[in-house]
Amino acid sequence: MNETVISVRNLKKAYRNQQVLDGLSFDVRRGSIFALLGENGAGKTTTVRILSTLIQADDGVAMIAGYDTKTEANHVRRKISLTGQYAAVDELLTGEENLAMMGRLNHLDKELIAKRTAELLETFELTKAARKKVKTYSGGMRRRLDIAISLLAAPEVIFLDEPTTGLDPRSRRKMWDMIKLLANQGVTIFLTTQYLEEADQLADKIAIIAEGKIIKEGTAEELKEVIGEETLELTFADTSGYHEAQNYMSGEVDEEARKISIPIRSVRQLRELLNDLYVKGIEPDAIVIRQPTLDDVFIKMTEHNKVEVLVNG
Amino acid sequence: MGDAKWIWALRDGLTMSKRSLMHIFRDVESLLMAIALPVSIMLLFVYVFGGAIQTGTDYVNYVVPGVIITCAGFGSSLISVSVTKDMSGGLFERFRSMPLQPSSLLVGHVVGGYLRNMIATLAVFIVALLIGFRPEAGLLEWLGVLGILTLYMISINWLFVVLGLLTKNVETAGAFTFPMLFLPYLSSAFVPTNTMPAWLDAFSKHQPMTPLIEVLRGLLIGTPIDYNLWLTILWFSGLLVLSYIAATLLFRRRKNE
Repeated sequence: MNETVISVRNLKKAYRNQQVLDGLSFDVRRGSIFALLGENGAGKTTTVRILSTLIQADDGVAMIAGYDTKTEANHVRRKISLTGQYAAVDELLTGEENLAMMGRLNHLDKELIAKRTAELLETFELTKAARKKVKTYSGGMRRRLDIAISLLAAPEVIFLDEPTTGLDPRSRRKMWDMIKLLANQGVTIFLTTQYLEEADQLADKIAIIAEGKIIKEGTAEELKEVIGEETLELTFADTSGYHEAQNYMSGEVDEEARKISIPIRSVRQLRELLNDLYVKGIEPDAIVIRQPTLDDVFIKMTEHNKVEVLVNG
Repeated sequence: MGDAKWIWALRDGLTMSKRSLMHIFRDVESLLMAIALPVSIMLLFVYVFGGAIQTGTDYVNYVVPGVIITCAGFGSSLISVSVTKDMSGGLFERFRSMPLQPSSLLVGHVVGGYLRNMIATLAVFIVALLIGFRPEAGLLEWLGVLGILTLYMISINWLFVVLGLLTKNVETAGAFTFPMLFLPYLSSAFVPTNTMPAWLDAFSKHQPMTPLIEVLRGLLIGTPIDYNLWLTILWFSGLLVLSYIAATLLFRRRKNE
């Protein structure tokens, strides 16, 4: 199915004199995971808040499941569920009570609430903590409960605003598994993140946002072509090794740090590279394999923009 | 369909009221505070200041209505704190993204605050009776007391919901207790206003707390009420309507600056 469920056109929003969103446009396909990737202050949360009807855009149109978020907010609200950056859970109630309360506010009937509550507690591994006050939960448990609550009413579109920020690596992996599980059930997931790795792991489509605009959009693979792959960084203690190594391999060089960065495209290439060094008796001081980061994307993208400006000028 | 909407709004209100009650009974400290404060204020006035204040009746009889409204004011002002807390966390953000009536979500705080105030009021009456309070009210007058106190508490509860919605941080919200604890002192709650300087007397006579207290005192111990009843109803139903409208408008607008 190639149906568009979220459609955003030329969205603009300014707070006082600061332009937070500056002509944002994108589409999200039904049943897909869409990641809005960007740094703090890029406009991610503002976008989520406009789409989830909490605030209104100054200009532009945002449609969800065919309804306008501005003029048909109540229709949109029936289709979506929002998990914001701050856990939307009641600290003084237990996990079970939180689910029951939200079930009632979602106007589900009693049996359905009981059934869904038990299911969701099970899925999100909260059954043991169900009768404990949320106050005593860890960050990861809170997040899980938060997402469980947002699934109660079986929404069509789920917004997850930085779902793993502040979680430890183990809880983050677990959260990823749960998000994948949701996507398999056919829900459309719109998530924001500042981690390239997270978007890569989860999303069918990634849009990179900077200064309120989408600067690049595509699948993880497509983005990687722009950003480059993983690189092997070799650092040398002495200049002779550094110069000798340059004879055998090509890559970006950093004279001052005596560092060579070589893009890695396969395990085989990596093995051959290291073999070469060994055979030639060149001993690097340090070997690091570096993942591309969001910084790299921004550096690349801003370089692109500059080039375009030059070309256009 | 129109009917169904109303029923859902009511049901949601009940759900939220239940939540507020769970909060109140799980936050034992606040509950004890809400009960201990009025009782101590009453004991303070009756035993420490009471001997020096001439009111024409036993001072305990004179002071009970004042103690009750002072402490109801304090109890209500705690609502601002819980509303601000709800708004600054993620919970109300999610509520606002759901197809729910704002008044249903806020009414929980109003109802919860009302019940907490009523528990505190009951405690004051009991202790007052133990230390010599002798009301002359019959059943009808007691019902009148209940009615007037309900109007007063519900209206200022909505007022504090509004203040809670207007406030960004919990500390500021806590500061609203101050004027509510202070206003009754500038009325006939603890001393007759004609003992005050002329300008203060004029203020005290024309602020809403004075007619309210005169009505309660009249119902409880039979002092004259006359026009004060209508004045009280006018003041507090006016406040109720304005606060209610302001609260529902602010709920949607909040954070949309």
